[in-house]
Amino acid sequence: MTTATLTQLNALTGGLFLLCTFGIVAMRQVLGILKMFILQSIFLSISAFLLGYIHMSIHLFAVAALTLMVKPLLIPYLLKRMVGNEVTARREISQLVDIPSSLLIAVLLTILSYFIANHLLSNTTPIISKVNLPIGLACLLLGAYTIIVRQEAVAQTIGILTMENGAFFAGVSIAPDLPLIAEVAAAFDVLIIAIVMGLLARKIYEKVGITTVGEMNHLREVEKL
Amino acid sequence: MILIYILIIPIIASLLTVLPLGKRWPEGVSIISSLLVFLLSIKTAISASDGSVITAINGWISCDGLSALLLLLIGFVSLVSSIFSWGYMEKHLSQRQWRKKRRYYYRLALFVFSMLCVPVFSQIALVWVAVELTTLFSVFLVSFENTTDALEAAWKYVVLTCMGAALALIGILILYWGMRAVSSEPFTWTGLIHSSDTIAPSLLKTAFLFILVGFGTKVGLVPLHTWLPDAHSQAPSPVCVLLSGIETTTVLYVILRLIPVLGSSPSINAGNWFIAAGLVSVAVAAFLLIQVRDYKRLFAFSTVEHMGIIMVAAGIGTASARMGATYQILAHSITKSLCFFAAGALFIIAETREIGSVRGLIRTSPLTGASLLIGGLAIAGAPPFAVFLSEFSILKAGIEAGRYIPISLLLIFIITAFCAVMFHINSMVFGRPSNSKVTVQLPPSIILSLVIAVVPVLLFGIYVPVKLEHLLINAASVLGR
Repeated sequence: MTTATLTQLNALTGGLFLLCTFGIVAMRQVLGILKMFILQSIFLSISAFLLGYIHMSIHLFAVAALTLMVKPLLIPYLLKRMVGNEVTARREISQLVDIPSSLLIAVLLTILSYFIANHLLSNTTPIISKVNLPIGLACLLLGAYTIIVRQEAVAQTIGILTMENGAFFAGVSIAPDLPLIAEVAAAFDVLIIAIVMGLLARKIYEKVGITTVGEMNHLREVEKL
Repeated sequence: MILIYILIIPIIASLLTVLPLGKRWPEGVSIISSLLVFLLSIKTAISASDGSVITAINGWISCDGLSALLLLLIGFVSLVSSIFSWGYMEKHLSQRQWRKKRRYYYRLALFVFSMLCVPVFSQIALVWVAVELTTLFSVFLVSFENTTDALEAAWKYVVLTCMGAALALIGILILYWGMRAVSSEPFTWTGLIHSSDTIAPSLLKTAFLFILVGFGTKVGLVPLHTWLPDAHSQAPSPVCVLLSGIETTTVLYVILRLIPVLGSSPSINAGNWFIAAGLVSVAVAAFLLIQVRDYKRLFAFSTVEHMGIIMVAAGIGTASARMGATYQILAHSITKSLCFFAAGALFIIAETREIGSVRGLIRTSPLTGASLLIGGLAIAGAPPFAVFLSEFSILKAGIEAGRYIPISLLLIFIITAFCAVMFHINSMVFGRPSNSKVTVQLPPSIILSLVIAVVPVLLFGIYVPVKLEHLLINAASVLGR
């Protein structure tokens, strides 16, 4: 395959990746968010693989393989083991902003991230970074937005993982030759995030009986009236 | 080699603590291992005090003046904290909860390990991993008491700091991108400084802002500080000491490391960003200090204030201000540990965190009262303690540099904070005790750790050993170009 075809394929993957991120903002149930996250991680892995093929870099192949193992397989499995009843609960997630407005804000955040990225890119930047950097940044901001508006523990966990996905999506294009040990450590780190947050969510469920962590606001300076 | 030992000892300790060998086994392992780490970090600090860089693995693990200062502080605080933990566990867990106790010591050792990694790693991507690990290994220490409040605090802590870490990650990747475009040096702090002249300023500035916001969350810079008073007040006292005394400083170290990198392009105006972020933190913390009603939150907000002061000092950026910043790092760590040890002892006696329900501590428990008073005076910045000297030198350096407006604001906020802290401490230490009948005996290990913690607080305001002074000077020179 020629580099041009691969670049186009990568752009397609980027588009689908962004679409999944919008899906995470738009889904009403935890299971839907988790499915979107799995798809998104697969697209991240595909993008890393394509870039590895373009650069002929063994690092990126390793990143693709690691991502494929950890994010779409291991993390959902562990989350279901730890907080299974929360993941499959068929109730709607309480959130501060309703979904149509959320999607509107998501579009604005994406435009903002294109502005930020435009400021960083120059004419000499390879086309791959021009695709991956703004999409990664958008995913980062949308993940943060998800954490702020969603009040459910598992949804917030996936928000954090989405932010990491965004950072990695930009990372595979702008830092393709990062030392392998750092990549491995980062993948391991993401796994620990999922385990720690899953266990904590379970502890909260066992102790408090709910996982709508957004409604826990007992700790503050002034007593509630 | 010595740096490798420093990293390996806590890992071995964490593995050893889970072995079921006797009732006092985990405590023993924890204290001996942290004593070893402390001794090794003293040795490292002495060899780094003449300005040399100790390298274990070139491009991966090395240690200069600033790193050695951090190592020394982590070693000291974790040693005293593991002594304090003995008494704390004795008071809070029954004999049958040995499994919970083992888990506590296991996590404590891992937490100390992750903090030791931050200054010792020179590969910046790995520093990011280490900072993230400090959060992940300490989450279950924060939620140790398993109350609703503790779980709420732990959740806020992990969500906000992981969010911050993701932002910092993209900052670090942009930094790497900028550096790779112009040089092929390894991605270490020194490599970054060497190539910083040629990195595009727009990339440097964006990376800096991402890292400032990202790691600033973990340092507790306002307005991203909301998790800090919760986590730092709900955790068990020996963990609070580590979180407040040293963890915030360890992450601040990463931000401070960027100063020489940013110095290359004056268009970034990094100094002003540092001063603005610092002043806002000091201001908000000073006014929140007035209205706290929980004495552990009091000290937590004072941590926010001190992080702000260090940021301002780093932003002024003259040689004497940098010296003030490193001295403030030292003074804050040792003093804040004493404060939280005193708060921990007070919690054992009073069994409440409310300032209003503690009266006349100096009569019910003279030792706790005295250490709380010394800690309060020292952290608020009264002479002749170390914090007074460091704050004074920062103010002086600022006036010499001609930054009159930020310095006068800083002075107002420091005085506000002083009055607020002393008002609360006074009301707890003096007055008529509400219930004078019960006198709780403190376990000997807690008394020992209070005594150890008070020594440097009293000493460093009056006399700083020559080697330590050299180390501070070297650490300050690392922050310059």
